[in-house]
Amino acid sequence: MAAPTMDRSTAAAPATPVQTLTISKALNMGLRAAMEANPKVIMMGEDIGKLGGVFRITDGLQKDFGEQRVLDTPLAESGIIGTAVGLAIRGYRPVCEIQFDGFIFPGFDQIVSQVAKLHYRTQGKIKMPIVIRVPFGGGIGAVEHHSESPESYFAHTAGLKVVSCSNPADAYWMIQQAIDCDDPVLFFEPKRRYYEKGEVDTTAKPGALFESRVLRPGTDATLVAYGPMVRTSLDAANAAAEDGTSLEVIDLRSLSPLDLGPVFESVRRTGRLVVVSEAPSESSIASEIAARVQQECFYSLQAPVLRVTGFDTPYPPSKLEEEFLPDLDRVLHAVDRSLAW
Amino acid sequence: MSSPEQWTHPEPDAAPAATGAKPTAEQVIAGLRATDEGGADLVQLLTPEGERVQHPDFDIDITAEELRGLYRDMVLIRRVDREANALQRKGQLGIWVPLLGQEAAQIGAGRAMRPTDMAFPSYREHGIAWTRGINPTELLGIFRGTDQGTWDPVEKRFHPYTIVIGNQVLNAAGYAMGQKFDGKVGDDEGEATMCFFGDGATSQGDVHEGFVWAAVYDAPLVFFCQNNQWAISEPTERQSRLPLYQRARGYGFPGIRVDGNDVLATLAVTKWALDECRHGNGPILIEAFTYRMDAHTTSDDPTRYRLSDELEMWKLKDPIERVKVYLVRQQWADQEFFAGVEAEADELGEELREFCTNMPDPPAERIFSNVYAEGNPNLDAQRDEFLDYVSGFAGGEH
Repeated sequence: MAAPTMDRSTAAAPATPVQTLTISKALNMGLRAAMEANPKVIMMGEDIGKLGGVFRITDGLQKDFGEQRVLDTPLAESGIIGTAVGLAIRGYRPVCEIQFDGFIFPGFDQIVSQVAKLHYRTQGKIKMPIVIRVPFGGGIGAVEHHSESPESYFAHTAGLKVVSCSNPADAYWMIQQAIDCDDPVLFFEPKRRYYEKGEVDTTAKPGALFESRVLRPGTDATLVAYGPMVRTSLDAANAAAEDGTSLEVIDLRSLSPLDLGPVFESVRRTGRLVVVSEAPSESSIASEIAARVQQECFYSLQAPVLRVTGFDTPYPPSKLEEEFLPDLDRVLHAVDRSLAW
Repeated sequence: MSSPEQWTHPEPDAAPAATGAKPTAEQVIAGLRATDEGGADLVQLLTPEGERVQHPDFDIDITAEELRGLYRDMVLIRRVDREANALQRKGQLGIWVPLLGQEAAQIGAGRAMRPTDMAFPSYREHGIAWTRGINPTELLGIFRGTDQGTWDPVEKRFHPYTIVIGNQVLNAAGYAMGQKFDGKVGDDEGEATMCFFGDGATSQGDVHEGFVWAAVYDAPLVFFCQNNQWAISEPTERQSRLPLYQRARGYGFPGIRVDGNDVLATLAVTKWALDECRHGNGPILIEAFTYRMDAHTTSDDPTRYRLSDELEMWKLKDPIERVKVYLVRQQWADQEFFAGVEAEADELGEELREFCTNMPDPPAERIFSNVYAEGNPNLDAQRDEFLDYVSGFAGGEH
């Protein structure tokens, strides 16, 4: 275990409560805060100890908390998740890192068969306070299996909760809230936004974890996005504003459960909705939102709900990812189609 | 260049090979290797004929009372098994998973555990459940479809039945790592974990990963593989070239093959393995060499894939008969004792029948209950909508 007097020099000791941080650093500080707050919080994953993770999200944690709290695990994802289940039964709160989105599938069986169902199977006698961190999405010029958006598989699975952060403040707080949650949480990190900066107030009381949030109010149409596509949607709204179009942007934050109250409220005002996501559209989060919005806002809709997503293909070779991924122009094109309906 | 023969079939003095080490041409053609012999490495303390034999590495001091207790355990759990099987035939259970023939493997392993040890079963571990103090009536709901196991896994230190083959091996490895991280390993007061799985499961990646994890973290975990020779219709030869216990060597921990139909040998070997683990010398693999005397489940038809000769051969190795013979020969039990156990079994059977036929169906709300520890408003809305719909039928016509 960690020595009681740990080296604080590398620990988070903010001089001021409000700092400008990258998403990556905010996650690192959030993980550190969670480990300091609860000795049962442990990190598990490949290369997360000495190396600090391939994205350095766990940088310095093993040095300060020891090898029994930050585990460099054998290289097997089912093993990471499956042993996390046993550790959770034993009273630990494991935070598992899946190195890349496309590598989560060897762990899929344990996630769906055990992590998601043990609470139900035992009718609450066993809790699964496990966080599974997944750097996800494309845009980094990577080889195959390093750019995927598998969140719908997990949102489709009862017993799991699924969230995604889009900015440093949410990264800092949401990771801690996910670790505090007694349900298993899939935590999707927008890897191509890891180095984007933003202000983080480490003393501000955060809102609830499973809530969507209006990031930019608008009147002409509503954009809903999560994770890496929030930045794209905000950029689109800025560009549209220059042309005199007012777009409301909502960050879903929680993909399961979906918090669509603010979306319904927005669509009732704007009458138009465009959902933006990197994942393929078929049977996706975007599809679910479209279905629910048409059910709840049927008489308010001035146009069909449109989806701007990755295509229904495997993730392409990276030289084609700029075409595959929704960008500002594709979002605005959809907005134009909606407005012209 | 070494020949494959050399490393798949080691020299007898180096590491005595057991069953399957060198199949005959006929066996190869038949796709089968002899399964009735455990081979030279088989640890046995009580022969099928009820003779007490010595083993150089494992022995056990057992009192008359203790052995009578093991006999009683085996007779009662066999009755539970036969009764539940019959309840399925009568339509009271949707399915049953028989343990017939594996009583010694389970009672021996289960009675080796302490209350502070933890167990992770597969789905045939009715005998282990019995030793953890779980009323057999609590097993019925799983197979009747009223629940998915009602015991408290934390209080009983007996994990829910795991149906996905091999999943529990990793879960057990994690739990055992937790015991070690908690500082509960290292002396005679230490804790250990047992994990149960079958010969078929040894082909699963999760079992391989469980071996790796437990090994590299020195987890206090006893892998207890009941090799009952059959994974539904597939013989162990479809899972492995090598006798299963020998796999442990490749992971860097001991593997022992015990006569799984010998309750004394199983008890002795498992106690040793658990003690090794609680002192910090885990993990350990035990292969309990036994036989599935009944079908895989009540839905299975073993006559399609195995010969009755094999069954007849294994009947001669019955785990209960050999203890009875020994008890009588030692004059450790009289007719009154055996009659008493039979009466107790009759009573238990009656209790099971009574309980099973009176089990109520769960209410519709149960579909939605405890999906989440902290709830989900969308699911609550779905539940309310459904219950509202259902209530529309109350007292009226469907």
